[in-house]
Amino acid sequence: MKKLYIVYSLLVLMILGIAACKKLLPKAPKDDEILDGPVEGLTAEEKIRFLEGDRAFNNEIFTSETGLGPYFVANSCGSCHAGDGKGHPFTTLTRFGQADSTGNTYMNFGAPQLQNRAIPGFSPEQIPAGAAFSKFTPPANTGLGFLEALTDVQILANADPTDANNDGISGVPNYVNAPAYFIPKSHHITWSGKFVGRFGKKAAAIDLWNQTVNAYVQDMGITSEYAMLEPAINGVASPYGDPTPDPEVPSSRVQNLIFYLRTLKAPVQRDQNNSDVQAGKQVFMNIGCEKCHKAEWTTQKADINALSYKTFYPYTDLLLHDMGSGLNDGYTEGTAKTSEWRTPPLWGLGLSKNSQGGQYFLLHDGRATSIQQAIEMHGGEGQSSNSAYQSLSQTEKDQLIKFLESL
Amino acid sequence: MKKAIILCLIILSHQVFSQKDSSFIKRTPADTSKMKMNMDAVYNRPFLTAGKFPVALGGYLEANSSYFGTDGVTEGLSFQIPRLTLFLSSTIKKRIKFLSEIEFEEGGKEIAIEFASMDIELHPLLNLRGGVIMNPIGAFNQNHDGPKWEFISRPISATSIIPSTWSNVGFGIFGKYARNNFVWAYEAYMTNGFDDKIISNSESRTWLPASKENPERFEESSNGVPLITAKTAFRHRKIGEIGVSWMGGVYNKFEDDGLVIDKQRRIDLYAIDFNTNLPRINTYITGEWVWANVDVPETYSQAFGSKLQGGFLDIVQPILKRKVFGWENATLNLAFRTEYVDYNVGNFRETGGNISDHIVAIVPGISFRPSQQTVIRFNYRYHWQTDLLGNPASRTAGFQFGFSTYF
Ligand code: HEC
Ligand code: HEC
Repeated sequence: MKKLYIVYSLLVLMILGIAACKKLLPKAPKDDEILDGPVEGLTAEEKIRFLEGDRAFNNEIFTSETGLGPYFVANSCGSCHAGDGKGHPFTTLTRFGQADSTGNTYMNFGAPQLQNRAIPGFSPEQIPAGAAFSKFTPPANTGLGFLEALTDVQILANADPTDANNDGISGVPNYVNAPAYFIPKSHHITWSGKFVGRFGKKAAAIDLWNQTVNAYVQDMGITSEYAMLEPAINGVASPYGDPTPDPEVPSSRVQNLIFYLRTLKAPVQRDQNNSDVQAGKQVFMNIGCEKCHKAEWTTQKADINALSYKTFYPYTDLLLHDMGSGLNDGYTEGTAKTSEWRTPPLWGLGLSKNSQGGQYFLLHDGRATSIQQAIEMHGGEGQSSNSAYQSLSQTEKDQLIKFLESL
Repeated sequence: MKKAIILCLIILSHQVFSQKDSSFIKRTPADTSKMKMNMDAVYNRPFLTAGKFPVALGGYLEANSSYFGTDGVTEGLSFQIPRLTLFLSSTIKKRIKFLSEIEFEEGGKEIAIEFASMDIELHPLLNLRGGVIMNPIGAFNQNHDGPKWEFISRPISATSIIPSTWSNVGFGIFGKYARNNFVWAYEAYMTNGFDDKIISNSESRTWLPASKENPERFEESSNGVPLITAKTAFRHRKIGEIGVSWMGGVYNKFEDDGLVIDKQRRIDLYAIDFNTNLPRINTYITGEWVWANVDVPETYSQAFGSKLQGGFLDIVQPILKRKVFGWENATLNLAFRTEYVDYNVGNFRETGGNISDHIVAIVPGISFRPSQQTVIRFNYRYHWQTDLLGNPASRTAGFQFGFSTYF
């Protein structure tokens, strides 16, 4: 009798256990709460490539044996762009050596990027005395495929170098020299050998290929077929460094990683129907934020079907703006002035804290620790909308912040 | 080599097992007297002896199934045999003993000699031991047999800070002194130790188990400086046991071919362990805490922590002890483990903020022991892992069901 009792209770326990199985496992965060994930409409083949790239981005951690360094800033893409989101002061990097559009005069001294860490036995790089420098906090990596799919013509349509419309906002592209491996697409236009840059804080990278190759070699000391020299320090650019034969990543992996960046989904806005959020969006339009943080774009035909003819909401014009002396670090890239910064996309802004260790580090170097601060630091072309913000009622300010946090 | 070992073991086991039914085979049960301590774990196991055959054979098997999910993504149900271990022991001569423990991990993918040593007793207070030794740091490392625990997974601190099973070639001394209700014991060994991999690995954190990947560590030391491990423990028959241990040495290759390439960098681990049986209600409590200090180069990445700590606390409550299905003295236990590891105790230089990189886990479970040698266990595990920057924890949870038995 007793025996049966035990057998029955064991059986009941097991059935309960199995039934509870799914319930007792952690739930997936909602799609609009995370940045990682592919764009909709990829083919199975494209999904496999996406996953390959995802692994290269998040799981491939370099060691001195697999090529890290000898001078580096971090050991994986994912360590700086956690969950594809923004970075932290710990992963913030430094660039130096260029003070005007004539170019970087410290190229023989390890410019443009400082490798502030080194594998054991090597001493990291120091900024040469007197060199201008700026700190860059990692941006989020989402939705970049949509931005890359835009044509130069679309971007230039918003440029207003002479401020012809007299709104105090000009907006200029950064014209940059293309690396040797760059293959122009039909949507690229050239100006005496230079191209329009669109990625990075100063819009100094033309496409994601350019950005990725630089990230490998400058951020991690990982050489590829496209950049065979280890980062130079103290004037010595040399293939010598770690014992790993170059190239340290195969081109196929670089290409899969680029494919991953191109097909990462765009952040999904939350609380779109909330009345405060809607009112906040109206405030955003009214006080001129949208003149630079351009809300809506539509792609034309792209080589990845899932990116063709898509309307998306990045809140950027991909152009450079003079942001005033407060944000002028004295360092620049390409034809940008030292006070000019590319308008950063605002999509995903509300999720920034989830990758920045629970707090905000906004603007190019993470100096703003709240959205309010970021707005209040807008000078130059951004001054008038900053002033308009400051004279808003508290309710309107709250609504605006609520809208920005919903992005 | 691997094949030869397997073949030998098969022949040997055949010799013993093929005569299973005859009274020729005798089972030497594990000594469960209250004076046994963690350091006695290697010998305190059930062995089979066959007539005059000079070698006693034993071992254990662990098999389980698990169903885990992380943030809504599950790999589904899977089955594992994490390890099959064989022990061979023999008394070569009075007071000269040999014991070896050979482990087949994950279905034979890896074969490891976890222990293979000769012990010579000169006096109870002075024994010599040489061979492959399990370093006596904490208690779990020496006392890790599956059937002894109510939990399917090993404690995280005991596998990833103390890289159990951590054994090395070396020699040393141990001894024991008993009086009335007290026993005092000590152990001290010099062995080969850690290598550079602990701060150069694809875990992107100070990761002591990385040294186990070095296939040469049984042949030669990575740097010629011995790792010293020392432990002392007290046991009171009625109160319980407490142990304090230290393991320290130099981990890096500071000299190559006679040239000094770095300074000597130390690693030191300190551990405290205890176990007790509460009188009357018979609750069994055991726990261990370990601190590790590692001299990581200043100019390397702070992702590799210079201070680590962690531990676990297990509470096991027998709720039934009687004859079940004809097994005398079968017991049913409720068990609960809490555990914590912090792979990086410290603050970011850039912000002064705390470096996270920690795991918290709880594991409630039920175990049934038809006899002391065999345990059938059901665990539920919930585990929060926070990254370096302190972003929202990723949550993993799941069920494990399995058995572990000596044979
Ligand atoms: C040391 C931290 C760090 C590492 C490692 C790192 N990044 Fe970045 N990433 C940054 C920073 C800082 C920027 C801004 C750089 C700039 O303005 O040029 C950036 C910018 C980018 C951008 C441009 C985003 C935009 O909106 O313009 C992409 C794409 C990118 N990174 C991809 C990668 C990939 C791929 C890897 C790995 C191969 C990687 N990153 C590794 C810090 C890092
Ligand atoms: C003149 C163009 C311009 C206008 C107008 C403008 N911004 Fe910006 N905004 C920028 C630029 C450029 C940056 C980046 C500055 C930097 O990195 O130092 C920026 C940065 C930001 C950031 C920080 C984003 C991040 O990822 O770090 C926020 C938030 C922001 N703007 C919100 C606003 C709001 C709200 C308004 C309206 C009150 C506004 N901006 C108006 C150009 C503009």
